[in-house]
Amino acid sequence: MSGFVGGVVFGLAAAIVIAIAALLGVWWERKVAGRIQMRFGPQTTGPFGLLQTLADTGKLIFKEDITPKRADVRVFRAAPFIVFAPVAIGLTVIPFAKGWAPLDSSVGMLFFLAVPAISVIGVLLAGWSSGNTYATLGGIRAAAQMISYELPRALSVLAIVLLAGSLRPVEVMEAWRWWWIPLNAIGLLVYIIASLAELNRGPFDLPEAESELVAGYFADYSGIRWSIFMMAEYGALIAAALFGAAVFLGGFNWLPGPFGIAVFLLLALLIVTLMIWVKWTFPRMRPDQLMDLAWKVLTPMALVQIVIVGVVVAWL
Amino acid sequence: MMTDPHSPTAGHETQELVVNVGPAHPSTHGVCRVIAHLDGEIVTKAEPVIGYLHRGIEKMCENRTYLQIVPLTDRLDYVGSMYANWAYCRAVERLAGIRVPERAEYIRVIVCEMQRIASHMMSIGSGGADTGAATMFIYAFDERERIVEMFEDLCGARLTYNFVRPGGVSFDLPEGWTDTLLQFTRAHRKALSELDDLFFGNVITRQRMKGIGVLSEEDAIAWGASGPVVRGSGVAWDLRKGDSYSVYPRFDFDIPTGENGDCYDRARVRLMECYESCKIIEQAVEQIEPGRIKAEGIPRLIRPNPGEAYDHIESARGSLGVYIVSDGGPRPYRVKFRSPAFCNLALLPLLAEGHTLSDLVVILGSLDPVFGEVDR
Repeated sequence: MSGFVGGVVFGLAAAIVIAIAALLGVWWERKVAGRIQMRFGPQTTGPFGLLQTLADTGKLIFKEDITPKRADVRVFRAAPFIVFAPVAIGLTVIPFAKGWAPLDSSVGMLFFLAVPAISVIGVLLAGWSSGNTYATLGGIRAAAQMISYELPRALSVLAIVLLAGSLRPVEVMEAWRWWWIPLNAIGLLVYIIASLAELNRGPFDLPEAESELVAGYFADYSGIRWSIFMMAEYGALIAAALFGAAVFLGGFNWLPGPFGIAVFLLLALLIVTLMIWVKWTFPRMRPDQLMDLAWKVLTPMALVQIVIVGVVVAWL
Repeated sequence: MMTDPHSPTAGHETQELVVNVGPAHPSTHGVCRVIAHLDGEIVTKAEPVIGYLHRGIEKMCENRTYLQIVPLTDRLDYVGSMYANWAYCRAVERLAGIRVPERAEYIRVIVCEMQRIASHMMSIGSGGADTGAATMFIYAFDERERIVEMFEDLCGARLTYNFVRPGGVSFDLPEGWTDTLLQFTRAHRKALSELDDLFFGNVITRQRMKGIGVLSEEDAIAWGASGPVVRGSGVAWDLRKGDSYSVYPRFDFDIPTGENGDCYDRARVRLMECYESCKIIEQAVEQIEPGRIKAEGIPRLIRPNPGEAYDHIESARGSLGVYIVSDGGPRPYRVKFRSPAFCNLALLPLLAEGHTLSDLVVILGSLDPVFGEVDR
């Protein structure tokens, strides 16, 4: 019973953390995108426009929650949560401080790659259950894309696992050395690109391609359900950045104590900013080109990285 | 449908998916509806459905005096209102035998070349938006905005100028306006090379636009394409050189052409034309002399002799022609607009077939239709 209560408390905490992180993430994206586009971004609601996203969320909560007539009602209503929950769960294995991750799992590295990938089922269901051709196309695109990019992403993380000799994130962080960064340069690149695709962010935002599919799989969603999709997207973005900052860039290992955590968060912010920058600079790819990139470029690159790391580990 | 025995759908019956792209869709550049027949992501057939913006402008012209029609022509190509103004006025001048003062011709050339830049910036920017490069759109619109501001100084309007009138133009250039213009052309060249690097140099853009929607030279001519669409296919056909109307023979400029006739070439031709327009504007500002801006002795109510006249200009979209029939009364008997956007849009089914749905919006964008002009 206590396990159940603990789980509920834990789940709620994770959801709240993600909600806050997503609020900040949206604000940061709007600010950075604004600067890139010679605008200011939000600036009047609250200090530096910080409360703009909160105001938007308030608006979304009070909007009508429309379910299209052609939709498969139950699936349609459940889909946003199926997308959101795995993201929240995946966040829990990230090592935030020395020797501490919210969920200290012995297979944490694998867990982080596997659990958020369940989101794709939600995306597919959302697209399919909407009963709308754009949404269906978006859902199918999302499924093909996310499955393709799972592989290079997992392989890039595998190199780190090889180096650390452990799947437990806390142990990986203990084994971490600064020379892992140059050694894993290719892996980091693959990880960031594959994460962009995994997160459906530009230049890989095909499933929601605004200029082609209007909004893709969530075209028919409105109000709070739509905002749950957005929250999941930003939650996944932040989770990917945190994980990358920890295992690829060393996270809190740079400085002792709370300073280390600050460095960790700054590194994650750096990755988030990089991803926003890429999104607002590059055009979108075409589905077939996206597949080419995943299978013909990123996967071989990740394999090369594993060979490099394998040689180094054998030599050590 | 699928005949490949190794295809995952082999042995299963597959159905064609029909997607209605538009009329309310972010990438149809107005209110175009395209019925796209899809086999997976591949477009097997694309039928454009037009008429959502039909306002019966040609018919309305029959009930208005010659001067009252000018504001209607603003509403044709609302991205480049100056062109329809000018094309219509040229036809009226030809019909009524009006001689336009030289200064007015120069002003017309200047505003139309500015309009070309403004229109191409819209096209290139929305081409960026079509491929997902939202920032490109903002950068291109920033350039367009400067021109629109100058037009506002010139005639008070930002979109529907009603500036070119039969016999001349409605206002003379304001004081200091040409200095602002020359400053703009200098800054614009820099902005153009920046856009070139940012968008056309980008590897994803090249992947997205090269080899997509290839229009052969023969097809371009056979389908009556004009403007950047025909020039993108390598045909150096431009009325400014070919017909040498107005004072264009006095300027030194080139006609940029593409090589492959794909979306990339069509878009790039537009970018290169902006450089040429800057050249023309600078030469025109240098050559322009003081004088009248409107022909003398134009009656308030123009009553041309019975007859007909056709005249055309090179608009940003191609050959824009106006045909007027007069029965001697104060109102035309018939006005017909030959709109380049309409003729170019007809190419969509030919170009889109066999490409993916993502390419469809890029191809549509590369034809640069403006639906005010397509539907009229």
